[in-house]
Amino acid sequence: MLAVKNIETWYDLIRALHGISFEVKEGSIVALLGSNGAGKTTTLKTIMRLLDDDQPEKGTVEFLGQRIDRMDTEEIVRLGISYVPEGREVFPELTVMENILMGAYTRKDRRNAKADIESILNQFPILRERKDQQAGHLSGGEQQMLAIGRALMSKPKLLMLDEPSLGLSPLLTREIFTIIQRINKEGVTILLVEQNVNMALKYSHYAFLVENGRIVRADKPEILREDKDVKEFYLGIATETSVKGYKRYRRKVRFR
Amino acid sequence: MIEQLIIEGLAVGACYGLFGVAVAIIYKTSDVVNFAQGEMGMIATFVAFHVLTVYNVPFWLAFILTTAFAILLGMLIEFCFLRPAKDPTVLGFIIITLGAEMLLMGLAGWKWGAEQKDFPFLLSVQKMHKIMPGVVLNEWSIGVFVLSILIMIFLFLFFRFSKLGIAMRATQQNVNAAKIMGIKVERVFSITWAMSSLIGAVAAMFFAARSVLDPNFMMEPFMRAFAAAVLGGLASIPGVVVGGLLMGIIENIFGYVWPEWKPIVAFVVIVIVITIKPSGLFSKHYVKKV
Ligand SMILES: Nc1ncnc2c1ncn2[C@@H]1O[C@H](COP(=O)(O)OP(=O)(O)OP(=O)(O)O)[C@@H](O)[C@H]1O
Ligand SMILES: [Mg+2]
Repeated sequence: MLAVKNIETWYDLIRALHGISFEVKEGSIVALLGSNGAGKTTTLKTIMRLLDDDQPEKGTVEFLGQRIDRMDTEEIVRLGISYVPEGREVFPELTVMENILMGAYTRKDRRNAKADIESILNQFPILRERKDQQAGHLSGGEQQMLAIGRALMSKPKLLMLDEPSLGLSPLLTREIFTIIQRINKEGVTILLVEQNVNMALKYSHYAFLVENGRIVRADKPEILREDKDVKEFYLGIATETSVKGYKRYRRKVRFR
Repeated sequence: MIEQLIIEGLAVGACYGLFGVAVAIIYKTSDVVNFAQGEMGMIATFVAFHVLTVYNVPFWLAFILTTAFAILLGMLIEFCFLRPAKDPTVLGFIIITLGAEMLLMGLAGWKWGAEQKDFPFLLSVQKMHKIMPGVVLNEWSIGVFVLSILIMIFLFLFFRFSKLGIAMRATQQNVNAAKIMGIKVERVFSITWAMSSLIGAVAAMFFAARSVLDPNFMMEPFMRAFAAAVLGGLASIPGVVVGGLLMGIIENIFGYVWPEWKPIVAFVVIVIVITIKPSGLFSKHYVKKV
């Protein structure tokens, strides 16, 4: 469904992505994992074309067989990709309801959109309670629900989420992941960026590990979860003395 | 007597408010004051003057042509001056709008000359109507009240209930988030400038009817309306309107008691407000939680 091939993205003179390639199959939940500064957010922004106009510098992005790496963001949204950015980015001075309405901005079918608003409010009861409140006054968790609900209003085929669990309690994190799983079961393909590797590996069907702007591993979560290096460096389960282990791990990933 | 002063002040104040709203609409989307606002209104008023005196068209037609011109002018300036500038700083933006101001002023001087003209406005400042015992009001003031109330009601409904209006507010608050909603933000900027230019042009025609028409005539009203807008807190439209009304009243009463001080009242007020409450009297802007 989504095919990213060899993209290279620069911030002025800094190269953030050194040729990233991966694929997202229709109907799956795919996770993009990696430590701080690895380039996960940059990858999603590159796909959404939110960076400078001439980025990605190299490589291609295809969605449903169509090149999108030189399209405008709003065209990409219309093709069926929806994006929940890092840090939610709700419209703080619009009400919850107005935020949801903006999610449906690209839609022409008013009547169906009305029905969808109802279904979003049913899925996220907390939003119904707060629907006339300014979004900026919601708690972090509520804002995350709003950002997801808003993104669903455009009826996306692919939903990309950047660290949906950021700053949420373990309980709320689990709730968000359950919601993501439900959305996926309803037919929306999901590309998920996460720091919470444990959770992400539990819920995804396939995962890519990103390091320093490169994909260093790609595998099924069952396999990654049992992998010694992943256990040690992403799940934080120590198996040997870390300095030595870290070096060995660096060597390993560099030659992959 | 005092009623008369207040109601006259309110009329002028409504005009300041209207022009202040034009400034505020752009300020809200770009966070910077458009210093060419006055001259955009000035050029539009000259266009009205031109079609009225040269082609002798009826006033209503001239009014419609002028508003259409103002809309195009706003979009043109946004397209030619603002859009090519990639991420201008606040200072850069100010320079750009100042440049546009100079250009428009030069253009008006070249086309229509620097001498002062009378603007043949539909509503006269002389014709008085008695509206309540002891208070008379000229046609001009009645026109200002009616028009500004209509425009305010329209703006309120537009920004509150229309999809485009809400999208404009959304773009003001977060451009990138607006993009990922599928909002065409460039079109939003274009519409913003068109609306602002239109409202500014209407206010400018009223100002011209009260004074004279020449390439400099909007300088002072711009400064006063700007002061009024700052008084009300630039980012809120109702605040700007109230600021304009207050400014009109203050100015009129001071002007009556100490006529020689009238021209500087506006600036004394601005200094006091900026010292005491820099965000304006009525601002309640959301501050992003970090
Ligand atoms: N606007 C920018 N200008 C310059 N460099 C940037 C910019 N944004 C990100 N970078 C750099 O690009 C690299 C990748 O950043 P990115 O935000 O994609 O990381 P990330 O994987 O999302 O990290 P995190 O998990 O902390 O969100 C980092 O080295 C970062 O310093
Ligand atoms: Mg990130």
